[in-house]
Amino acid sequence: MTNRIRASATGRRWMAVFRTPVGATGAFLILVFLLLALVAPLVWGEDAARIDVDGGPGRHLLGTDSLGRDILARVLVASRLSIGLTLLSTAIGLTIGILLGAAPSVLGRHAGRAVTASINIAVAFPGLLVVLFFAVVFGVGMRGAVLAIGLAMAPSFARLTQTLAASVEGREYVAAARVAGVGRFRLLFRHILPNIAEPLVINATIAAGGALLTFSGLSFLGIGVQAPSYDWGRLLGEGLNRIYIDPAAALAPGVAVVAAGLGFSMFGEVAAKVLSGEQLRPGEGPLTASSIAAGVAAESTDDDDVLVVEGLQVYAPSGQGEWVMPVRDVSFHLKRGETVGLVGESGCGKSLTAMAIARLTEAPVRVRADRLDFLGESLLVSRRAHRKLLGTSLAMVFQDPMASLNPSKRVGRQLAEVSEVHNDLNRRDAMERAVDRLTAVHMPRARQSARQYPHEFSGGMRQRAMIGMGLMGSPRLVIADEPTTALDVTVQQQILSLFEEVRSTQDSAVLLISHDLAVVEQVCDRILVMYAGRIVEELLSADVGTSARHPYTRALLASAPHLETDRDLPLVVIEGSPPDPGLVSRGCAFAERCEFATDRCRHDLPELVPTASDHRVACWHPQTDPTYLSRRTT
Amino acid sequence: MTTDFTKAGAIRLPNRRVHRPGTDFVIRRTTRFIGSLWVLVTASFLMIHLIPGDPVRAALGLDAPPDLVASRRAQLGLDRPLWRQYVDYVTGLAHGDLGTSTLSRVPVSQIVQDRLPATVEIAVLSFVVVMLIAIPVGLLAAVHTRGGRNRGLDLGFAATTAFAAAIPEFLLAVGLVYVFAVELQWFPVAGRQGPDSYVLPVLALSLGSAGALARVVRVEILAVLDQDYVRTARAKRLPARLIYLRHALPNALTGTLTLGGLLIMGLIAGTVLVESVFAWPGLGTTIVQSILQKDYPVVQAVVLVYGTGVLLVNLLVDLLLAILDPRSAIREA
Repeated sequence: MTNRIRASATGRRWMAVFRTPVGATGAFLILVFLLLALVAPLVWGEDAARIDVDGGPGRHLLGTDSLGRDILARVLVASRLSIGLTLLSTAIGLTIGILLGAAPSVLGRHAGRAVTASINIAVAFPGLLVVLFFAVVFGVGMRGAVLAIGLAMAPSFARLTQTLAASVEGREYVAAARVAGVGRFRLLFRHILPNIAEPLVINATIAAGGALLTFSGLSFLGIGVQAPSYDWGRLLGEGLNRIYIDPAAALAPGVAVVAAGLGFSMFGEVAAKVLSGEQLRPGEGPLTASSIAAGVAAESTDDDDVLVVEGLQVYAPSGQGEWVMPVRDVSFHLKRGETVGLVGESGCGKSLTAMAIARLTEAPVRVRADRLDFLGESLLVSRRAHRKLLGTSLAMVFQDPMASLNPSKRVGRQLAEVSEVHNDLNRRDAMERAVDRLTAVHMPRARQSARQYPHEFSGGMRQRAMIGMGLMGSPRLVIADEPTTALDVTVQQQILSLFEEVRSTQDSAVLLISHDLAVVEQVCDRILVMYAGRIVEELLSADVGTSARHPYTRALLASAPHLETDRDLPLVVIEGSPPDPGLVSRGCAFAERCEFATDRCRHDLPELVPTASDHRVACWHPQTDPTYLSRRTT
Repeated sequence: MTTDFTKAGAIRLPNRRVHRPGTDFVIRRTTRFIGSLWVLVTASFLMIHLIPGDPVRAALGLDAPPDLVASRRAQLGLDRPLWRQYVDYVTGLAHGDLGTSTLSRVPVSQIVQDRLPATVEIAVLSFVVVMLIAIPVGLLAAVHTRGGRNRGLDLGFAATTAFAAAIPEFLLAVGLVYVFAVELQWFPVAGRQGPDSYVLPVLALSLGSAGALARVVRVEILAVLDQDYVRTARAKRLPARLIYLRHALPNALTGTLTLGGLLIMGLIAGTVLVESVFAWPGLGTTIVQSILQKDYPVVQAVVLVYGTGVLLVNLLVDLLLAILDPRSAIREA
């Protein structure tokens, strides 16, 4: 019963191979050539041998060879030897390979290791050299060539068998069989080999394609099939001498070799991909999102505004080929010298918001906004024109400082190139500036550090270097995406102080993105709370502890442990997780997880509306109960 | 405050003179090279003895006069005990003595000296051409097909490179001869006279490998372009040229070089067939002729030269990889 289920599942998986265009073509080619190999000598055998001395044009489609024999017939007849010998040598190679590869698991340790070592050395030499070696040993001719190619294929099959067997040997049923006292040979033939048969067969198919090419090569050189027998390689060799008189004599067998070889390797490779579960290219869904909208003319520009964002939307394709909107209608502004925090759980769209503002998203992600002004310039118009502005005035700091620095470049060079590109400094001046900036971020022994590679730095030093990189220009805005998450707590504090210092010395605005409300509360003037791609509450940092209104903000607060948190009580958590961007409901996205939710929340979307100056909230049931807030300190 | 920072950082500054696994790695790799070389020498020595029956009879034919057979045996040293022959063979090699051709009576070392340059020339040229094609093409393909854009270009690239890689060198050579030598008559059909005679052999050797390597370059570059440091480079608003050439390409070289090494070895072996198509006076044609004429000392020597070339390339690639990416040496240790 179970066997039958398994068999039908296997059948279905193989059917998937035939359904791909490449797999079907490969299978078709293999089938055609196998059929030819069987019937061609019976059907065209006489034509191929008949000598037509006055073979006029038109009587032979591809002409005749030097003796007046029909080339097309000879090419067709040659498929029997070509295909037959290929299959024979592949079978020899596979058999010897499996025996060699399985030997280490059957033999003792020392013998096994010796076999493995010789396999490794043999694999290091190109196949053709090994083939030539064995061709000398076995002598020139058909038999020698079959043996030579078979033996030359054996090492790679052996290595494959070994790798596959090793992966199977670790599995439970093999361990169970071993514990049950099953002998080595029985274990090998009953438990290991059947489970690795499929990949072996697939690889043998691919290898057969290679063997066909090698065999043709040998016969072409005159080392393989000998006259009067002929395969495609031999025909090719004979044809090459007459390529001026009759190109078809050389090209026809060449085409046959390529077609048959491609058939084997195409089918094998598709089978390997499909059966190993690799997903084939999924169809791309229709493009539903409109492309970047032109910026609406700026209404009133406050001179103090460094950044103005209105109606920002980000579209991205989901895995299923549909388009989702992970950032929906985000609006806020940043003033000079202001530090604003953007908080929310992972997957709320915070980073995507930051990347969209900085114009760093890439296709296929699409961004649209009603307004996106940086220092009074609309970033919605053209990227190229703003390259220098963004390069010198907008600094980005990312979460993982190890991954964010190029591992193969010295740190100083990575800083210096900013000034080389945007300020036209020469190499030396740019490096001086880099050292100066590294000093500004309190990099110990800055000059020396500039000559080091990122992997020689600690996490805190790397993050300092990243910040220093942002200071190469004169940043008006620093966007820091989880800059302290990957750092340990003491270093966290140093980096946060550094942001504070940058803000005060450079007078730049800082947008600090974090999932950690405690961090944000500590350093920010204002806080934006984001949930499922929208800003749900905006309030002053100082008011968070006393007048947060949105249930989500309050839940975040309650779940952030504080110094005063009673450690005997379990940590408060928010039940559930943010919705997938594709599954956001019509109403308030937080309704599912909200204890105050009503039907209205589930059907109507609450707008972000001011409740006081410096306080906006998007909720049908804003909470005012102070006892809830006090939970964090009880 | 400032002093605090400096102190904290100074303590954390890693010591640069730590244990270097590099020397271990070099020693291990060199040992493996010498071991493989020994296996190669032994295999080429044993080649004659592995031939079933009598190699001299096999070479001269069954009805050869007995005294000729005997003198040929003596000349090859086959009348002495096996261990003695082995010692003579190895000491001969150490002195650059590769034996004498049984057909032409010319010292084999002379033949190798005459023929080797022609083979090295096309192998090296082909390698250069492979790199010149594969790296720019792979890089451009990666940049223009990233994130699922340009599906048409993606498919075209995949199909072209797969096709180029699937056609064996000697068939490609025949095709090139037909198109460029017979039909268009731009280049000579065969032989080695003048620079234009190099074009077709080098193309035949390199196009397939270039296709295969371009695919690898594309995949490697695509992986690198997803890295955070490329995002940093973009955040610095560097021109695209600098992002790709300075930040992406150097980090994609490790994978490229790994396959590149395998391809050079394939190139070396490929010369055997391609030389035969173009009647190129190199070692490839030499070994084929010697196999057909059963001139065993020459076959032995050429197998040895080819094998040593392959092992040297192998060693060189491993060492280069360790220099470019020190982690690869550590990972293995």
